[in-house]
Amino acid sequence: MRPFRYERATDVSGAIAMVAAEPNGVFLAGGTNLVDHMRLGIAHPDLLVDVRRLTSDQIVELPDGGVRIGAAVTNSDLAVNRTIRHRYPMLTEAILSGASGQLRNFATTGGNLLQRTRCPYFQDLTTPCNKREPGSGCSALGGFNRDHAVLGVSEHCVATHPSDMAVALAALDAVVHTEGPDGERTIPLRELHRLPGDTPERDTVLAHGELITAIDIPALGFATNSHYRKVRDRASYAFALVSIAAALQVDDGTVRDVRVALGGVAHKPWRATKVEEALRGTPATEDNFRAAAVVELADARPLPGNAFKIPLARNVITRVLMDLAEEDR
Amino acid sequence: MDAEIMLRVDGTEHRLTVDTRTSLLDALRERLAITSPKKGCDHGQCGACTVLLDGRRAVSCLALAVAHQNADIVTADGLAVDGLHPLQQAFIEHDAFQCGYCTPGQIVSAVGMLQEAAEGWPSVVTRDPSADTVTLDDAEIRERMSGNLCRCAAYVNMVPAIAEVAP
Repeated sequence: MRPFRYERATDVSGAIAMVAAEPNGVFLAGGTNLVDHMRLGIAHPDLLVDVRRLTSDQIVELPDGGVRIGAAVTNSDLAVNRTIRHRYPMLTEAILSGASGQLRNFATTGGNLLQRTRCPYFQDLTTPCNKREPGSGCSALGGFNRDHAVLGVSEHCVATHPSDMAVALAALDAVVHTEGPDGERTIPLRELHRLPGDTPERDTVLAHGELITAIDIPALGFATNSHYRKVRDRASYAFALVSIAAALQVDDGTVRDVRVALGGVAHKPWRATKVEEALRGTPATEDNFRAAAVVELADARPLPGNAFKIPLARNVITRVLMDLAEEDR
Repeated sequence: MDAEIMLRVDGTEHRLTVDTRTSLLDALRERLAITSPKKGCDHGQCGACTVLLDGRRAVSCLALAVAHQNADIVTADGLAVDGLHPLQQAFIEHDAFQCGYCTPGQIVSAVGMLQEAAEGWPSVVTRDPSADTVTLDDAEIRERMSGNLCRCAAYVNMVPAIAEVAP
């Protein structure tokens, strides 16, 4: 690991000024991804500014019925929070299906969103990777690509975003609060992460020195009827092959409203808007759920190793919506 | 870059100077000669380095020592106060290990896990995540302990060892 300076600031604006002034400076929160990347040689910052105790570690209820989650809230504290468990069970299930107890206890909400892909080539310095070293090529295209993306891919990168939590937050229309050298702003979570295009080295739209300070989840009454389901190669402690966060509201057998987002299939949490549009106002039947899933996956571009994800995603969407329709009776 | 820090480990305060690159695991093992946390993968994947960090189980390999100034740390060594901790005794009685390398991390992780369950934390296999209490059946124990790997695959005896101590 390369030598680096470690600093603590007294407040958020001080931390931002420190990182903004150092081109090779980064924020450190739980460190569960960054420290690993520094040890692997993927990240080599000159300055770490510790923000673990700077942003809020509280979850507060908002007047409109939503919640605000401080960026420093740990994954464990968020998952087990009673308001979250009751109002947004898909979020609790998503977080608890990721990582391990030890990691969730220190990983933060802000850091979870900014974790980087687990593409094996990204993590292996001996292989070309456009995300790690722009212009060097994508090793996954002609290599091991079982874990890789099928939606929104580019010829430059087929990496997936690894977060489970972010998939649920995408389905819930969460909003990210940031503060940076140019002031504060809010970013819809669905617009925080990017598709790879020809600049896969950029995971998000955040600028250098811009810090996530909080995440808001708006009120969504029918999210009490929601689930997160994750399909993976092991029963526990593995990244998603395909995952889904879904909430469903059925009245008299008709889909009144629905939210669906997919994980493990794209460079960002994939909000399945085509599923939602196809289903609103239609009978809540297996045939309709499956037809909507087919529409969503119609644009998928599989590689030899990951073509299985297309039928898998269709089946998982259909199954979870069936379960939610049953539970909504 | 060096930094001066204080760590409280198993009840004893230690003041030391560390390079900013030093992990909490290396600070414990190489600087303080506290070797019950083991270095397995050094990537946060195996759980052999698990300690209780400010009361919660954590992988010490992914924690920078400099970022945990004044931390309160409990290792497997520190669990034995008046004789063995009940989980340590249960691991012996159930023959819940072979080579023993992962065992300190397994036991510390189980201590943290039992506390989480006592506080009503659900897991992803909990049937009703909104319930106030959880019952630790074998599936719950396996899920909650999945961050601790055992290359000898002694899991089959660890599960009953932990179940014996679970309320």
